[in-house]
Amino acid sequence: MREVAIVAFAQTRHTGHDTGLSEPELILPVINEVKERTGLRRFGFTCSGSCDYLAGAPFSFVSALDALGAWPPISESHVEMDAAWALYEAWVRLQHGDLDSALVYGFGKSSLGDLRTIMTLQLDPYYLAPLGLDQLSYAGLQASALGAEREELAEIVRRSRADGRANPYALDLPDPEGDDGLVAPPVTDGAAAVVLAAGDLATRLTSSPAWISGLAHRIEPHYLGMRDLARSASAADAARAAGVGKGPVEVAELHAQFAHEEIILREALELTGDTVINPSGGPLAANPVMATGLIRIGEAAQRILDGRNHRTVAHAAGGPCLQHNLVTVLEG
Amino acid sequence: MPSDPLVAQHVLEFPGGYTRTTGPVVGRFLSELRARRLVGVRTAEGRVLVPPLEYDPATGEPVTGEYVEVGPAGTVTAWTWVAEPLAAHPLDGPFAWALIELDGADTALVHAVAAENVKAMETGMRVWPVWRDRPTGHITDIEHFAPEVTKIVSPVRAEYRLQAGGSLRVFLEGVARGVLLGGRCERCAKVYVPYRASCPECGGIIADTRELPDTGTITTFAINNLPDPRAPEVPFVSAYILLDGADIPMIALVADVPAHEVRQGMRVKAVWVPESERTASMANIRWFAPTGEPDVELS
Amino acid sequence: MGNRCAVIGVGQTHYTTRRRDVSIAGLVREAAVRALEDAGLTFKDIDAVVIGKAPDLFEGVMMPEAYLADALGAAGKPMMRVHTAGSVGGSTALVGASLVQGGVHDRVLVVAFEKQSESNATWALSTHLPFNASLVVGAGGYFAPHIREYMRRTGAPGHIGTLVAVKDRLNALKNPYAHLRIPGIDQKMVESTPMLWEPIRYLETCPSSDGACAMVLASEPAVTGTPAWVHGTAMRSEPIFRAGRDTVSPQAGKDCAADVYRQAGITDPRRQIDVAEVYVPFSWYEPMWLENLGFCAEGEGWKLTESGATALDGDTPWNASGGVLSSNPIGASGLIRFAEAALQVRGMAGEHQVDGARTALGHAYGGGAQFFAMWIVGREKL
Repeated sequence: MREVAIVAFAQTRHTGHDTGLSEPELILPVINEVKERTGLRRFGFTCSGSCDYLAGAPFSFVSALDALGAWPPISESHVEMDAAWALYEAWVRLQHGDLDSALVYGFGKSSLGDLRTIMTLQLDPYYLAPLGLDQLSYAGLQASALGAEREELAEIVRRSRADGRANPYALDLPDPEGDDGLVAPPVTDGAAAVVLAAGDLATRLTSSPAWISGLAHRIEPHYLGMRDLARSASAADAARAAGVGKGPVEVAELHAQFAHEEIILREALELTGDTVINPSGGPLAANPVMATGLIRIGEAAQRILDGRNHRTVAHAAGGPCLQHNLVTVLEG
Repeated sequence: MPSDPLVAQHVLEFPGGYTRTTGPVVGRFLSELRARRLVGVRTAEGRVLVPPLEYDPATGEPVTGEYVEVGPAGTVTAWTWVAEPLAAHPLDGPFAWALIELDGADTALVHAVAAENVKAMETGMRVWPVWRDRPTGHITDIEHFAPEVTKIVSPVRAEYRLQAGGSLRVFLEGVARGVLLGGRCERCAKVYVPYRASCPECGGIIADTRELPDTGTITTFAINNLPDPRAPEVPFVSAYILLDGADIPMIALVADVPAHEVRQGMRVKAVWVPESERTASMANIRWFAPTGEPDVELS
Repeated sequence: MGNRCAVIGVGQTHYTTRRRDVSIAGLVREAAVRALEDAGLTFKDIDAVVIGKAPDLFEGVMMPEAYLADALGAAGKPMMRVHTAGSVGGSTALVGASLVQGGVHDRVLVVAFEKQSESNATWALSTHLPFNASLVVGAGGYFAPHIREYMRRTGAPGHIGTLVAVKDRLNALKNPYAHLRIPGIDQKMVESTPMLWEPIRYLETCPSSDGACAMVLASEPAVTGTPAWVHGTAMRSEPIFRAGRDTVSPQAGKDCAADVYRQAGITDPRRQIDVAEVYVPFSWYEPMWLENLGFCAEGEGWKLTESGATALDGDTPWNASGGVLSSNPIGASGLIRFAEAALQVRGMAGEHQVDGARTALGHAYGGGAQFFAMWIVGREKL
């Protein structure tokens, strides 16, 4: 495969409430930031990820184009998925060999609606959605299938929120009170952007590109009773295909919206105790839905861009109960 | 009629109803029915009769003793619509009588099909029994058949709390004061309205607002003959209006002129609601109306 | 362009107002299984699945690729979901092709669908958010003014739109999958239908359909059956609110065509492209796109339509399948254009086959005519 690297990453200072900015206004600063950082004004390919049901209107991505300065017209596409998959599409496009750069961005405002019930709408429309099964409830089913120790889960939440408090982009959340069990990810508005560059261009743009040495994703059956919820077979497959185990993993940024998902993912990715998990705080500290997965990749890449690490892994998820998983391996 | 002394009503009804013995075959069928199962009986030739008889109707030979569970669903092979049901009919509203070949049967059962209307009936359609609450061992233990479930109604509702922020808030606050605010991209030398934070062409920031007049020129338009929530009366004209001093048209209604007299190049001016009725919304502008100035030559 | 890519299987459902007999999964499977059968393959032979559709509000299922993953045999495989407004069907094909061209996969199943009858397209497309800065936009009210402007600029006579409306529906009579099959369709019938959004008449608009379309795409070593080779692929987008934007002949469409022609070695589209499947949801978009796509000079599109050049027996047939004017499951409409182009160069278009078609254009557009997706397919390898 052609050598492709992440050369710039930017994210908003995410908020736990609606600031009233429109989607284009939300993404404008991060687009401008990666443009400035790379000095690139135009990109060979552009791809974004977002979701109409988050915005409450069809074609929520259309107006976002107005923030890009997309003139003359640009080669551009959009996935109705987390923007991590937009990055995947852009990475594939760079494999053709005729283009050298790509802009990827994602945005989401989960403050506008009730994410817990909006996520019901992604379920099977005959057997599951009519039951009103909500995000917290199906996550609860998965937690029950896993049967993790309550203290272990609580510790993951405490660690994530503490790391989040140290991360200027994440939310400033207190330790959870009491012992209420399942802790939901916070309501978050935010956006993120990444620039990919291939070959020589990557080394010209930055002294320490975060090379994508592996990138793969897999989906598994949808119905919750037709797969083993205690494991993530698709995450394990994606990790193997991306080559996670080919070297030590210093840091892993995991798209775990619930504490038990982190435990399932650590096992699927075969991460050892030496790997630092979600030093950014992860989705439990900031969860701008549809950008959360891309931010995992950006955070993992940033550590290489900064020279802090040599080999990091990022994971993004989609669908209920970790149905769809994408794994990226980044190397300095 | 009752007034005619030589006319009388006559009822012939055995008090309490006839008591009938079923024999083994019909009895088996009705007993199975009471248990909400449907069975047929196999003939010597191997056909399955439903409802079962003690004999093969084709040959008169006795049937075998083999009972076969059939259905519960079946296929309509013939039907007739009853628009006005009789008192004895199993259903009070319009319904169909149908020949129903239950799955696994070689003959058809006669029963009622409750369908929404006659259009919902067709030969070949699939139907399922709807059972009486307390079956007693009677053919009416099946209240009626109903069309196979082919659709469900799924209410999908998501609620949002939206606010106008950023540049939209700036624009709508202007509208509340009766002013249309735009902004100029210095790099592209283009004036945008409504006011926006960045230039769609170059991505540059548009820092300042500027007031634009509420007069402009129709660049092009549609005459709509389908009503819209904002314009319930047809025909109505929706037009692209280039405000004076702006470089991009806004879409707005045009009125106070017959639809077919609207022209490309026509000069128009906003018609505002009275100041006392204004809110921070575009509803402040009822529509644009012709000014009477000469048309503008379009390039 | 990357590695060679070919279409080796095409599958379509019948397009109709309401497919009462199938679930959403059943609908997409019908197209997918037919595409696999055409390629002589099964789900096991597929490396990845790409699915596209227009807004999720149509079916009220958010990100339905999650629910549809197993229905399309994607368990254990990569799956992507594309959404680029009306051009999405085309973009879905291009994302699938990209996976092959990028050397990532050998066989990719692409599927696009819409089951519009689950709700109502007009509702789904005109869900106005509060605080709109615009006064009103009816559904067709958006495109009608651009058509009016085209007529003003070119002086096209008013009957041109009806010619396209008749021509595409005559073609539809030869396409067993088409939704609108109107025996005896003629200019008089079109002209007798009411103006919905003047200058657009009822029969000059596309229907609202249920349906799905699928293709199997393969790398060169993985080709089975009859291939249609992909000669070029391109997408272009432009911002809807750019001052001075030409909404009659958008720059993004011109740039997209120029890009795809360059890759395919096309310098004279009218002569070199044997048949074109172009996204024409309102009849007037045929002459408009004839110009935008460089089939003639600016201002001449309506003359080409009037001359009969775009008819099935003309020298540059457009929408031999009946086009979007005859079948419009929105999210699939673009993919159907791309698939019909492939069928033509594979010689498998049946009654609406254009004799000897060797090179074909598939085209889709969306949004406010601001998103474009195109490909050129050919009988021979490029």
